[in-house]
Amino acid sequence: MSPELRDKMTRISAELGDLGVDPFGFDPETTKFAAVPLEWLYTHYFRVQTFGLENVPEHGRVLLIANHSGQLPFDGMMIGAALIVDKDPPRVVRSMVEKWVPRLPFVSVLMARVGQIVGTPDNCRRLLGREEAILVFPEGARGISKTFDKRYQLERFGTGFLRLALETGTPIVPVAVVGAEEQAPSLYNLRSLAKLLGVPAFPVTPTFPLLGPMGLWPLPTRYRIYFGEPLRFPGRGDEEDEVVEAQVEEVRSAVQHLLERGLAERKSIFS
Amino acid sequence: MVTEQDKPSDPPRPSFPSRPRRDVVLVSGGAGRLGRLVVQTLHREREVVAVDRRPIHGLPKDVTHVRTDLRWRAIEDIFRRYNVEAILHLGLIHNPRAEDDQYRFNVLGTQHLLDLAAKHRVPKLVMLSSANIYGPHPDNSLFLTEDAPLLGAENFPNIRDLVAADRIVQSFFYRQPDVETVMLRPVHIVGPRVKNAPANYLRLERPWTVMGFDPMLQLIHEEDAVHALLQALRPGVRGVFNVVGPGEAPLSRILSTLGRRPIPLPAPLVRGTLERAFRLRMTNFPAPEIRHIQYNCVVDGSLARRVLGFEPQYGLIETIRSVLGHEE
Repeated sequence: MSPELRDKMTRISAELGDLGVDPFGFDPETTKFAAVPLEWLYTHYFRVQTFGLENVPEHGRVLLIANHSGQLPFDGMMIGAALIVDKDPPRVVRSMVEKWVPRLPFVSVLMARVGQIVGTPDNCRRLLGREEAILVFPEGARGISKTFDKRYQLERFGTGFLRLALETGTPIVPVAVVGAEEQAPSLYNLRSLAKLLGVPAFPVTPTFPLLGPMGLWPLPTRYRIYFGEPLRFPGRGDEEDEVVEAQVEEVRSAVQHLLERGLAERKSIFS
Repeated sequence: MVTEQDKPSDPPRPSFPSRPRRDVVLVSGGAGRLGRLVVQTLHREREVVAVDRRPIHGLPKDVTHVRTDLRWRAIEDIFRRYNVEAILHLGLIHNPRAEDDQYRFNVLGTQHLLDLAAKHRVPKLVMLSSANIYGPHPDNSLFLTEDAPLLGAENFPNIRDLVAADRIVQSFFYRQPDVETVMLRPVHIVGPRVKNAPANYLRLERPWTVMGFDPMLQLIHEEDAVHALLQALRPGVRGVFNVVGPGEAPLSRILSTLGRRPIPLPAPLVRGTLERAFRLRMTNFPAPEIRHIQYNCVVDGSLARRVLGFEPQYGLIETIRSVLGHEE
């Protein structure tokens, strides 16, 4: 671990209980170990470039709303790493993970210890109440499992995050990840097989399932992560769907604009 | 019994007309380990009548023991003989084997007690339910509030009577606004005396764990649970409350605090083996209970802190270590 990262990890604040974890299961000590491979992926593998990181407030509640892609959630990990490696003071981002993740052995424990939480509205509300930074992928599984021909086209956004933002008076920072779409180009999603296996998607990529599970390992594309200016909306969260959907559309188009900017600025997928 | 409530005045009471009836607190389930602890604390302040169908050992001398089944008519005599100021209902059977008539005992016994409370205008009723009735589920929010759905019996049908009893008391709460009803749903109660599944599990030298899972658990010391029950007895308090001890911790850290060396096994293997061992009566841990060491069932105790004023006296480490103590 680099001395800078070590220093930042010690500056991460958390309200810990007597046994070293916070009430949600976040453990800074375990997170230190996880930070080592994460930093390697961040600086050496995906060689992440960030833009507009100053748009993420240093303190206080904030919702990061990002596009979701790449079959496996490396995009979430890299956004989390960006806020620690490249931001000063560092911030721990807690992402709202899919409801089936706690069913997975080992993964469930690792997720909890590094501060990730099941994406229920109650959990989100509670964390915002503790002035935390929350990462939400409103496209959910629809986004991450989309096929290569749909790359950088945003799927439908859910409205839950916006109602929570209105209810809790939380600013929304739109986030775009460019580069994750090409890490595992999915040619086809075998939906029936996915259903049979009880997983959200079964992608067919040039390397998966051909090379076995390792075929899901991402290609070393270069990530560019854009953080947009914070958006604030008036309202209390109990408005009609029509009103909220219009506001969701504003967030969605903010993410879309950042994506287009990123695609225009990058010269090649791998550099 | 609803019509009874509408009558304009007390029915005439022919028995014991001359001497005034003494004020008592009725404690059902007084023979249980927690029940005895409650009685031993409560009798210093109030006169206690303990009801249980089991014999009660080690009761203080000034406590009256009525040995009867909660469903029987004999129990009404207590209401005729004494002025029952409050009922503490701790008398639910939590037997993993659900033998004989546990379902009927818990549901009909609770119903009978509530009917008598309404009929004899008992001003206060405190029921001990459990946070287990929410059930451990992978998609649970952390910190379930009191209005979370009671899904505990979905994967563990043997506790459906406990869920039913909880619901009976909830509806009583609304049907009988004159009775101050309090329901407590404490997290796993542990301590030197109690011998329930979580306390027994923590007493194992080499407990099984489910490989790759490490949920957050909440424990409360038995004396803190008693303390919460006594606070619920205070006049003016009503409602449903989760009761949480000194915080939450991952199972693995609780076990290491106790110096245990757990044996992690894959989930299907634990389940299969436990099912067989349970049938052969080699263990009293029912297989569905392993979900408690696999998924979260973490509740929010802030309402009890705010309204009941409940604060646990025992710290997290003390509470965990309390299972090591021996019964006096």
